[in-house]
Amino acid sequence: MPKTATKHTGAVADPEFQLTPEQLDLFGEELDALRERVLDDLGQRDSDYIHNILNAQRGFEVAGRGMLFLSFIPPAWIAGTISLSISKILDNMEIGHNVMHGQYDWTQDPRLDSTQFEWDTSSPSENWKDSHNYQHHTHTNIVGKDRDIGYGILRMSEEQPWHPYYLGNLLYATLLMTFFEYGVAMHDLEVERMVSGEISFADKRKEFDNIWTKVRRQAIKDYVLFPLLAGPMAPAVFAGNFTANIARNVWSFMIIFCGHFPEGVEEFTEEETENETRGQWYYRQILGSANLTGGKLFHIMSGNLSHQIEHHLFPDIPAHRYAEIAVEVREACARFGIPYNTGPLHKQFGSVVKKIARLSLP
Amino acid sequence: MGTGIMALDSLLNSPRKLTRGLLDSHLVESLLTPNPVERYVGMIDPVWSRRDVRAKVVAVERQTPRSVTLTLEPNSNWNGFEPGQHVGVTVEIDGRLTTRFYSPAGAAAGKGLELTITRHPGGKVSEHLADIAAPGMVVGLSPAEGEFTLPSTRPDHLLLISGGSGITPVMSMLRTLCAEGHDRPVTFLHFARTPQDAIYARELQALGEAHANLNVVTVFTREGTKPQHLTRATLKSICPDYLAAETYVCGPNALVDAAEKLWKRDRNADRLHTEPFTLPEPTVVAADATGSVTFKRSGIAVENDGQSLLLQAEQGNLSPRHGCRMGICHTCVCRVESGTVRHVRTGEVKTLNNELVQICVNAPVGDIEIDL
Ligand code: FES
Repeated sequence: MPKTATKHTGAVADPEFQLTPEQLDLFGEELDALRERVLDDLGQRDSDYIHNILNAQRGFEVAGRGMLFLSFIPPAWIAGTISLSISKILDNMEIGHNVMHGQYDWTQDPRLDSTQFEWDTSSPSENWKDSHNYQHHTHTNIVGKDRDIGYGILRMSEEQPWHPYYLGNLLYATLLMTFFEYGVAMHDLEVERMVSGEISFADKRKEFDNIWTKVRRQAIKDYVLFPLLAGPMAPAVFAGNFTANIARNVWSFMIIFCGHFPEGVEEFTEEETENETRGQWYYRQILGSANLTGGKLFHIMSGNLSHQIEHHLFPDIPAHRYAEIAVEVREACARFGIPYNTGPLHKQFGSVVKKIARLSLP
Repeated sequence: MGTGIMALDSLLNSPRKLTRGLLDSHLVESLLTPNPVERYVGMIDPVWSRRDVRAKVVAVERQTPRSVTLTLEPNSNWNGFEPGQHVGVTVEIDGRLTTRFYSPAGAAAGKGLELTITRHPGGKVSEHLADIAAPGMVVGLSPAEGEFTLPSTRPDHLLLISGGSGITPVMSMLRTLCAEGHDRPVTFLHFARTPQDAIYARELQALGEAHANLNVVTVFTREGTKPQHLTRATLKSICPDYLAAETYVCGPNALVDAAEKLWKRDRNADRLHTEPFTLPEPTVVAADATGSVTFKRSGIAVENDGQSLLLQAEQGNLSPRHGCRMGICHTCVCRVESGTVRHVRTGEVKTLNNELVQICVNAPVGDIEIDL
């Protein structure tokens, strides 16, 4: 059942949210002004915040690995695994993802330098920055350009033509969730284009070597060296590290998929987004993203990607500022009549699962 | 075998070396991947680093109302300095790491590193240090550099001239010479605004009394009926045979300029060595395109045409990494070694000194050197 583009469009064609070009310009100017205001205000508070998070991450990491060595006491295994999971989640989300967006480049701190930072996951920062910061953030939810739509594995949009392969949509999604770090690492290989013959393996040789080096390093650390150091505790340490990696995978998959795929989030076509003005670009980012509601701890653990809308408007503003910014963005959206998609995790993720299930069928 | 045991022995006898060897090992690197060792050691010892030079402030003295003298204890990566050289000092101010250069004032062989920093109105680092420096504070350091140094065969006759906070490099020379037991004539001429501003006054007096070959003169530029500056008459009265002396001058531009003119007129410029200190202020505010863009790594320079750095690099046939070309993705960030840029959208003008910048949305204003 082919659908026409107009059914899903936001920015330009949908009469329901139609804003005049003047209104969009005004909206864009307001957001630009908001952005400048926050950038001017960046200072000690932001540096202290991220250093506190860094300290917490290291604390959880050292404590987690330490407790796993004491796994002969069963509660130590559980506490160690939880602690290490928290460390990996903080490292990947509130620290890694955000630092690599350049949110802290202004500090001039080499530890927070987006060009140098490497994170505790299989995907090499270099490749990830290209597929995420550039392709996904610039071409957010443009079917055919934003490869985060389905990661080349899933059918996440009616615009992707159906194929019997997609009967396994839910299964693939579960696998992707469990081994998300490898899914993200492979993202840059564009396997789907290799399968279709568009590109060859040789074209991606450099990316592959990069990925392989990083995957190997991560695996040696978690699955060989730390278990070996633990001597008789080796199996317990192996299991703890494995569980922590999976826990991180599942959590980050959930948060990330809730950012763009819950019910009501819009998709766009390439034609619609040609020659966008700044106002239109902001507008598309809002229609193409969804937020999650929750407490302060929840926002930290999601790397503040729970404020996906604000993150897409201002990807290089330190993420812990999004909660404050959201108040103003919401108010502006209400004034301009722009929908603002937000809800609790269970509701948003539920609707993502429903969508994955529905799209497994034609 | 024997040497192996000896090496092991010396390692065990030196816990520092052992720790160092351990922290440098491949095993530790593989265990901590992808993070550098510093990220963990820093929790216990913020001064330790595998490669970076860092130092702890161990003593703070405020000699004059406008200055602060710090004694630093650098970590083992510090390679020392030659008297007259300068080092970059990095501190965090409002969340940003900011670096300024200062000349150590102590003798080269001395223990610790002594810096005297004079407060410049609006000078971020100097005000920050003058206000809050306290023992225990950790600062970043860069290796010492600079050509303003004494030859290793010490000259037979030396004239050291300084103005204001420019005293530090020549003070270091003087202290080094005294420590070496140098016994040939040295004239030390210092210009300070008022007696309250005279840094190292007491020590200079004591040195002058203790060393017969040393002649210390301090001139107060704001005392008396008319301001005192460097003239041929002053020089002649203080150091009659100054033409024969190897001369080192450090101070404000006016002092350095005056010295250069005098020595040039005497056709004696070879004997003169100068180190002006320019205040690190944004030099260009005009938004028009002048100067040239130097791409350091590729060894290419183009005339600045006012477009974004990215476009200018591409027109110079370079292909810098980039993504969105609209300031969102940070793929294009590059290090600017020195220069001023204007943000193409907001018009914000910033002077950069070894800092990262998004080249797709920043255009150079005047000369710029970029690591591309
Ligand atoms: S190319 Fe994306 S920020 Fe410059």
